[in-house]
Amino acid sequence: MDSALKILVVEPDTTRARDIIDALKDGGWANVMVVGDISALGRSLTQIDPDIVLIDIEHPDRDTLEHVSHVSDAKSRPVAMFVDRSDADLTHAAIGAGLSAYVVDGLQKNRIKPVLETAIARFKMMEQMRSELDAAKQALNDRKTIDRAKGLLMNARKITEEESYNLLRKTAMDQGRKVIEVAQALVTAADLLG
Amino acid sequence: MTVREVTCGFVPLVDAAPLIIAQELRFAADEGISLNLMKQPSWSALRDMLALGHLDVAHMLSPMPIAMTLGVSGMQCQVDALMVLSINGTIIGVSKPLAAKMRNTGWNTDFNDPAAAATAIFATGHEKLRIGVPFPFSMHRMLLGHWLSAHPAFDKNQVEIITVPPPRMAEAVADGLLDMFCVGEPWGTVALEQDVAELIIPGVSIWQCAPEKVLGARHDWIDEHPQTTNAVMRAVYRATRWLDTPQNKPLATEILARSAHIHLPDNAIDPSISGHISGQNGGMPIDIPQFLMFHQNSANFPWRSQAAWIGSQIAQWHGLDPRAALATAQDCFRSDIYRQHLGPFGVNLPGASAKVEGALKQPTPVPATNGEMILGPDTFFDGAIFDFSAQN
Repeated sequence: MDSALKILVVEPDTTRARDIIDALKDGGWANVMVVGDISALGRSLTQIDPDIVLIDIEHPDRDTLEHVSHVSDAKSRPVAMFVDRSDADLTHAAIGAGLSAYVVDGLQKNRIKPVLETAIARFKMMEQMRSELDAAKQALNDRKTIDRAKGLLMNARKITEEESYNLLRKTAMDQGRKVIEVAQALVTAADLLG
Repeated sequence: MTVREVTCGFVPLVDAAPLIIAQELRFAADEGISLNLMKQPSWSALRDMLALGHLDVAHMLSPMPIAMTLGVSGMQCQVDALMVLSINGTIIGVSKPLAAKMRNTGWNTDFNDPAAAATAIFATGHEKLRIGVPFPFSMHRMLLGHWLSAHPAFDKNQVEIITVPPPRMAEAVADGLLDMFCVGEPWGTVALEQDVAELIIPGVSIWQCAPEKVLGARHDWIDEHPQTTNAVMRAVYRATRWLDTPQNKPLATEILARSAHIHLPDNAIDPSISGHISGQNGGMPIDIPQFLMFHQNSANFPWRSQAAWIGSQIAQWHGLDPRAALATAQDCFRSDIYRQHLGPFGVNLPGASAKVEGALKQPTPVPATNGEMILGPDTFFDGAIFDFSAQN
């Protein structure tokens, strides 16, 4: 594989950073470095002199990174976003995965494409894990809210837990809303009334 | 009437106000559209999303459409400015240590004297000036360049321009990474309140009429969506007029502070909306006329000469053929579309689409479709005048 290629990953989350490095190392790229942010990196970007920079599309330091590539010697710095403007599929795949890449001008396409494909696959996997985690957190929060609403009803109307839940569900159905919305409204009202 | 959804990118700054107000006060709904406001984490991200078609229109730094069209920023993509969203609104600050050194040279902290401030900066003998701007293709960088390079002591090797995201500007000054910065509000005031910097001059003191943000869209998209373009421009035009009506300003500050789009408290938003800015922490705010304009003085008209001025700067930076770059740049500011869509809406339009930039010393009446209109002053601090008509 292409161990001469110098790849810099900008990623503040160490777990995510390790994931990306592992994926690239498995692919045969050994020369990979990681930094958390560009402002800390400052001028040392010129010393690292990467061929490819991989950075999360949402990373706020992207503007700084772009400026470094513009202002310093344009012939030896990563200048272009993505390899080949004609390769729209690759570009869209990267955007979809939340990845942006800066590549030194003149690097051959066949050296870049496999790196990007590997990074895109890893970014996708991480994105999926993140949304699964978010969904799990949301479900847990919803359950806490519904439990509190049930408790409020049980106290106020002296009914069982099952009856409380049925009441919430019936109200939700009658009003064309979700159970969690009715529960949330009840909890908010109870908090307001103290 | 079906409501068309228009995906609209913005960066959370006070001058995104025209788009937020157009949506929140239902100017957009009146035109049968809904602006789906998509907050962007950086100017680079906004640019790429617009180029790739994930955004229909966007709040952009005025040089961005030109830089994209010239192919010097990201993927080459033909992007036009439909109208100017705001004039001015930037501020220049220095680190506390540099301010102290400037005072030792006899500088009297006059907030409206760029020449004196530059003299003081160069007299400090500071070896290297590291200056923060929000993006390489920004009016901030162009104003700094015009201002500092006009001074006889200017040496380009002494100045290093660094891009720092505005919310981190104060931190970068505190960490000693920057000696100076030029940034849009509220981030100058934030640096002041954190007691890491002093504000020395507002951008308006360098150029009285600098186009700061524009409403950008892809050239193809504009061609393919004339009705939506029309609706967006009318809604945004009405929002800018509302924003520059003096009695609406307190409400504007409150709506911007409350809306989920900017995430800033009202005390951070108020100085730029009201134009009352303090230079020193705890100092009395000074009223700065034309600090930030959304509408007054025909602010929204996209002058081809403004685009030419921007294009000539980019051509110098990148060693492009100036003649070709100027022609491309001027075509990016769509005064033709502005006339076509806002003329029938009753908007007063100037007789010409280009002016001599820097020539108007005071509010000046010029011929217009409704008889005449008043153009605001547009001078540069050093009296520079730019007439691009000779180069066409």
